[in-house]
Amino acid sequence: MSILVNKDTKVIVQGFTGKEGSFHAEQCIAYGTKIVGGVTPNKGGTTHLDKPVFNTVLEAVKATGATVSMVFVPPSFVADAVMEAADAGIELAVIITEGAPVRDMQLAKAYAVKKGMKTIGPNCPGIITAEECKIGIMPGMIFKKGNVGLISKSGTLTYEGANQVCNEGFGITTAVGIGGDPIIGLSYKQLLPLFEADPETEAIVMIGEIGGDLEIQAAAFIKEHITKPVVAFIAGQSAPKGKRMGHAGAIISGSAGTAAEKMAALEAAGVHVVKSPAEIGKKVAEVLKK
Amino acid sequence: MNIHEYQAKEIFKRYSVPTPNGYVAFSVDEAVQNAQKLGGSIWVVKAQIHAGGRGLGGGVKLARSLEEVKSLATEILGMTLVTHQTGPAGKLVQKIYIEEGVDIADELYLGVVLDRAKEMPVLMASREGGMEIEKVAAATPEKIIKVAVDPFIGFQAFHGRELAFGLGLAKEEIGNFIKFAAALYKVYMENDAEMIEINPLVKTKSGNFVALDGKMGFDDNALYRHPEIEAMRDLSEENAAEREASEFGLSYIKLDGNVGCMVNGAGLAMGTMDTINYVGGSPANFLDVGGSANAQTVAKGFEIILQDKNVKSIFVNIFGGIVRCDRIANGILEATKLVDVHVPVIVRLDGTNAKEAAEILRQANIKNIITATDLGDGAKKAVAAANGGAL
Repeated sequence: MSILVNKDTKVIVQGFTGKEGSFHAEQCIAYGTKIVGGVTPNKGGTTHLDKPVFNTVLEAVKATGATVSMVFVPPSFVADAVMEAADAGIELAVIITEGAPVRDMQLAKAYAVKKGMKTIGPNCPGIITAEECKIGIMPGMIFKKGNVGLISKSGTLTYEGANQVCNEGFGITTAVGIGGDPIIGLSYKQLLPLFEADPETEAIVMIGEIGGDLEIQAAAFIKEHITKPVVAFIAGQSAPKGKRMGHAGAIISGSAGTAAEKMAALEAAGVHVVKSPAEIGKKVAEVLKK
Repeated sequence: MNIHEYQAKEIFKRYSVPTPNGYVAFSVDEAVQNAQKLGGSIWVVKAQIHAGGRGLGGGVKLARSLEEVKSLATEILGMTLVTHQTGPAGKLVQKIYIEEGVDIADELYLGVVLDRAKEMPVLMASREGGMEIEKVAAATPEKIIKVAVDPFIGFQAFHGRELAFGLGLAKEEIGNFIKFAAALYKVYMENDAEMIEINPLVKTKSGNFVALDGKMGFDDNALYRHPEIEAMRDLSEENAAEREASEFGLSYIKLDGNVGCMVNGAGLAMGTMDTINYVGGSPANFLDVGGSANAQTVAKGFEIILQDKNVKSIFVNIFGGIVRCDRIANGILEATKLVDVHVPVIVRLDGTNAKEAAEILRQANIKNIITATDLGDGAKKAVAAANGGAL
């Protein structure tokens, strides 16, 4: 079992024939992901990586029955691509592209919600169900199959966390990189209940960052609805106030969105909070061996 | 990206958001000429720096004669202004804004920012103008009226009414206020602003609303479609090392500690700083080398980190994903040939081909390079090295 995607999930790639899209689609295919085609306007009817290319998402969905789209189009075209996917009946769009304007994402996200399409990202590593389906840019080999679900705003901390869990002899059910932009798709609050309901997931790792209040919302949700153990780390405890640390999400102004505030809220909700990402694996091992 | 008050007001004027007349000046003579051009008998001399709290810091002063404009311009131009947003070092004032005086009946606050939870822009208004809005929000949140605007419908008159009645404005003021708020929303959306803040928003004795101040920040991701705003960038307001780094695709922020950090990914970079603190050390910087850690970017990273004389060791922490660790190891070795790295470098490479990478570094046998097995181990070694301890 897993959440959202598995070995049978049919995936198309928007921005299939571009440099990034090609490279990562090839990696996903090698991992075993069922990539059934791609979309590049004006290249419909051709094949790429031995898969059919379509001019529109609608054509691709009709011909392949794809339910998930992996979006690699350049930042200025992301909103258009996401709205097109939503309109064509795609169920989940995984938006890898970095640098999409916030105003565009407001509209794209709102339209996706209206059409009932889930989104992950933008500016994220994607989603992976270990040893079944990788939709994104993460190094597949570090995700061994196991019983831990992982949700992270940061890409490299996703890898760090998953790697530690696997080094401790455990493994991953599904890992989701939700991204740290101001407007993102699925967040902790929507993903936690999916892991709670997944019979194979026995513990959840949650990696957050300074900025915004998604982790605070997650804490309130965990307290009410999550019975599985949650291990959390919040990056940016040592970040100076008012400084932007790479991600647009990593902004702190005043007291709102600080690491201390988030860690306190999570602790109060019964979450096992670690102060360094180097402790994630050990803490997971500790809670699972109880 | 942030801009100055005088630049924000140029944008306001294009959208008919009322602002007092004024001109920017780079010298005392220019300041006096600007005051003459404006006419009248009262002027405000305002320091132009990218930070709030200028008034309290002594950077905004009232002049009642041209002589006073001259003496205040002399005083403020070239001063180092310290406010609650500049940090203790303060900021050098290189330009001032000379503005006509306004008859003030009341001071309010109006801002537009993205509400991340609602995922739409929110207008925030308060009667407590002139104060730090963060303090108002913390002490008396009920005094801030917030109205979110669904971008599918845009700003409607009812949004304006909710704000105006919420503020308790008089009947004859409401129309003016709604017009002002509508124009400001348009400024926000059409320019891809990240935030606009008018504090104070002045109500004049005749019941009109005027932006006495203006702060604007923009979504960096959208600057490509606003070349006229990008042209407003003031490089002198940005940290030189941070700017240099960004030209090479590196994201660098200087801090006060002695352990230099070079990491791939913003989250892991912060996590590395946190780990250094956790094991009792103090990070000298945040440095995200991004997805492509090659010899050139690593060399540039070393160079920038070593400009900081406090740095006593460098912790290179790379989780190789798509980028293989053996290539990064070679990049690090090459970088040490390009830059004279005179402090111990602790290298932790994990992920794809990590074993091969460790072997490459071991065989190179460079005395300054120490390998680490994982994040915790690397942080401990880097802190020990910075403090002159045995490894």
